[in-house]
Amino acid sequence: MTGQNRHTPYHPRWYRRRVSVWWWLQSWPYAKFVLRELTSLFVAYYALVTLWKLRALAAGPQAYAGFLERMRSPLLIVLNSVALIFVLFHSITWFNLAPKAMVVRLAGRRLPDWAVQSANYLAWAIVSGVIVWVLRRG
Amino acid sequence: MAETITLSVARYRPEIEPEPAFQDYRVPYRKDWVVLDALNYIKDNLDGSLSFRWSCRMGVCGSCGMMVNGTPKLTCAAFLSDYLPGPIRVEPLQYFPVVRDLVVDISDFLRKLHKVKPWIEREEEKPLAEGEYRQTPEQLDRYKQFSMCINCLLCYAACPIYGLEGSFVGPAAIALAQRYNLDSRDQGSRDRMETLSEQGGMWECTFVGECTKVCPKKVDPAGAIQQYKVATATQWFKSLLMPWGSK
Repeated sequence: MTGQNRHTPYHPRWYRRRVSVWWWLQSWPYAKFVLRELTSLFVAYYALVTLWKLRALAAGPQAYAGFLERMRSPLLIVLNSVALIFVLFHSITWFNLAPKAMVVRLAGRRLPDWAVQSANYLAWAIVSGVIVWVLRRG
Repeated sequence: MAETITLSVARYRPEIEPEPAFQDYRVPYRKDWVVLDALNYIKDNLDGSLSFRWSCRMGVCGSCGMMVNGTPKLTCAAFLSDYLPGPIRVEPLQYFPVVRDLVVDISDFLRKLHKVKPWIEREEEKPLAEGEYRQTPEQLDRYKQFSMCINCLLCYAACPIYGLEGSFVGPAAIALAQRYNLDSRDQGSRDRMETLSEQGGMWECTFVGECTKVCPKKVDPAGAIQQYKVATATQWFKSLLMPWGSK
């Protein structure tokens, strides 16, 4: 091994460092990035809970009452609270990053980042408002 | 008031050390000195064997990029006063093979840069008599930001994807591809899109976003890559919905 790796002027030996599996603990932005990627699991979990809820709804009032009862278990309340935090983190970071991917030009000038962000937040608020309105009307 | 400051410099002399090791140097502290000044002081007064790249000392040439306290920096723009009381850890740009001390081998980047054809591609050149290709200030404005890249490679040293996935073309090369895609005189965007849709292309990027943060020229490579992804996806949908449409 050492004989093979010995440096000679005509066979220079570059040094390469392997990237550690713990690279994402190196700095806070890297850790934050990995957390953001992990949020996808909680988004998927939320989708499954919603499907479960829809199935209970379709199966009649008794099944729905059973579903609500299940949801009251302390374990699920803790899990759902953690999921909520991650899903919020997911949405907020998504909206904040949106202007990087979306270049909106008006009258030949690029809209500032805050304008694209606020438009996204506004759309979020309006859609949420409509959903609340539909639910309350029913 | 500190009179001197310690620089902890990564040394790698392949004929002596099997792997890099740190060597400490005490240099005079001056308020107007940057890390590059301190390295030059070491080279001139303390240890002439220290190897590093530099040229312009004013953030234009892009050759003095190094890791300063673990962050990719142009050493000509990293003031000693920002790292008081020291010591300041100076290492070669990470994820690149080290040739010697602070000098890294960048041929991988040069190969990848060439692959994205960072020049104006024309299907057919206009005859000379018709004059130059003209552009309005507005057309210039569309790509100007991405054209500010100085190939300093700080973005590569900030990108964990580049470190983990050697085939990744990387932030600067994709930003430069986008610079030519957005140029009204260019007609090579289809070519580039094909290259960058392959493995190792734009889809390797998971938007860590650190490349943009370390860029000394505010090029925003992360933005360029995401915009490129949006454009590619849009084009794919268009070709799916309207296969008869012009390409």
